[in-house]
Amino acid sequence: MTHTLTLNTLVKLKALYRMQWEPAQAAHVLLYPEGMITLNDSASEILQLCRGELTIAAIIAALEQKFPEAGSLSADIYEFLDVARTNGWIELN
Amino acid sequence: MAGSNSTNISSPRWLLAELTYRCPLQCGFCSNPLDFSRYKQELCTDEWLAVFQQARDIGAVQLGLSGGEPLVRQDLEFLIKEARQMGYYTNLITSTVGMNEARLEKLQEAGLDHIQVSFQAPEEVLNDKIAGTESFLHKKRMTLAIKAAGLPVVLNIVIHKGNIDLVREILDLCLELGVDYVELASAQYYGYALKNRDQLLPSLQQVRQAETIAKAYQEKYQDRMKIFYVIPDYYENRPKPCMNGWGHLFLVVDPEGMALPCHSAKVIPGIHFPNVKEQSVSSIWYDSTAFNYFRGDAWMKEPCRSCDEKSKDFGGCRCQAYLLTGDASAADPSCDKAPGHTIVEQARVSAAHASTTPIFLRNRFNSEKLTPCSPVNEKS
Repeated sequence: MTHTLTLNTLVKLKALYRMQWEPAQAAHVLLYPEGMITLNDSASEILQLCRGELTIAAIIAALEQKFPEAGSLSADIYEFLDVARTNGWIELN
Repeated sequence: MAGSNSTNISSPRWLLAELTYRCPLQCGFCSNPLDFSRYKQELCTDEWLAVFQQARDIGAVQLGLSGGEPLVRQDLEFLIKEARQMGYYTNLITSTVGMNEARLEKLQEAGLDHIQVSFQAPEEVLNDKIAGTESFLHKKRMTLAIKAAGLPVVLNIVIHKGNIDLVREILDLCLELGVDYVELASAQYYGYALKNRDQLLPSLQQVRQAETIAKAYQEKYQDRMKIFYVIPDYYENRPKPCMNGWGHLFLVVDPEGMALPCHSAKVIPGIHFPNVKEQSVSSIWYDSTAFNYFRGDAWMKEPCRSCDEKSKDFGGCRCQAYLLTGDASAADPSCDKAPGHTIVEQARVSAAHASTTPIFLRNRFNSEKLTPCSPVNEKS
């Protein structure tokens, strides 16, 4: 397992976690044993792409294409993935 | 008194279903009511499903299936399957006694998300003595099976005088079993634990030593497992923000359908707790007198009322306030600003000088000798 985030890193939400839409909170949430994190829009957009199939480069490209008005997203995405890794939400390959 | 009129009531996030109080274990720190043996009219499958759906409809998303021992219920797999389809994250809180590999497979097929396994000690003799039941080797085998099945494993050990000096051995066992999360859960002094407090409450020195070991393991093994250790509130200077506030996120339903804001709330006299067989979960949560009783801060007395930390800890635990002082609206005595704090200080001294009387075990025989909920304040 690699511990550095690079453009070629594959990112996957760990099996321990489940992400789903919660109407009561009008938000995506990340569920795990006995806990829950309410995600903001950008976090949920990124995590939805963390299925182990896409590299960070591909995630950045996909989101920049989806939100052209947002400009370059690479710094924000790296920053979030770093938080996600520190919290143990994702695994890197 | 009491009763917040706030229109800003949050929706519940957690539903804890105490499916049964039947249990093959006899742990002397059990949070079940002292008179648990009186509960014989358990909700049936359809009644539980109605509760799950109604709570889900108003926002509950985490479902705890607890007890007693929930595996005693033969409809457990079915309840899990339906709950999972409703969109719950399902947590089974169990000793694993009553589970084998075949039943584990059925639970997993039903969509169970996670199993929390209780241990009592890191080795067989002490574990089985504390549990009052031969169970250690079975727990170990099932924990390995749960791990092998690919389910997250949370191991929960209630920490007290009888095992706190073994925190290193406990954490080594967790590493050996490949556990994902460990909860070193300091005994909380309600129910049977309050009755056995002299035999359970460790010394401050023991608490600090355990904390040092837990911190070292947290640092060393942070990639492999998460370790939670909260010291007993009897050694904190401030109370715990109990349940994150009364009627804020947490809803408990007991085996006979009584709805409660926490496991212990029914010890408080004078509050009529509604039953899910008679009232909808939504109306219980938003409108009932019981769930509004300690919402907000209008019910608070001094020193809580003018305390600048009241929005952080909500005056602590209402049940503990009642059990220790006889007044559920008093400041939680674990707070050193509380007038009742001397009760906690005396409890520490009393536990330090206690003789080694055997622990009063939680079982049907002992339960039948006890009345429901007298405040245990004999030391003050």
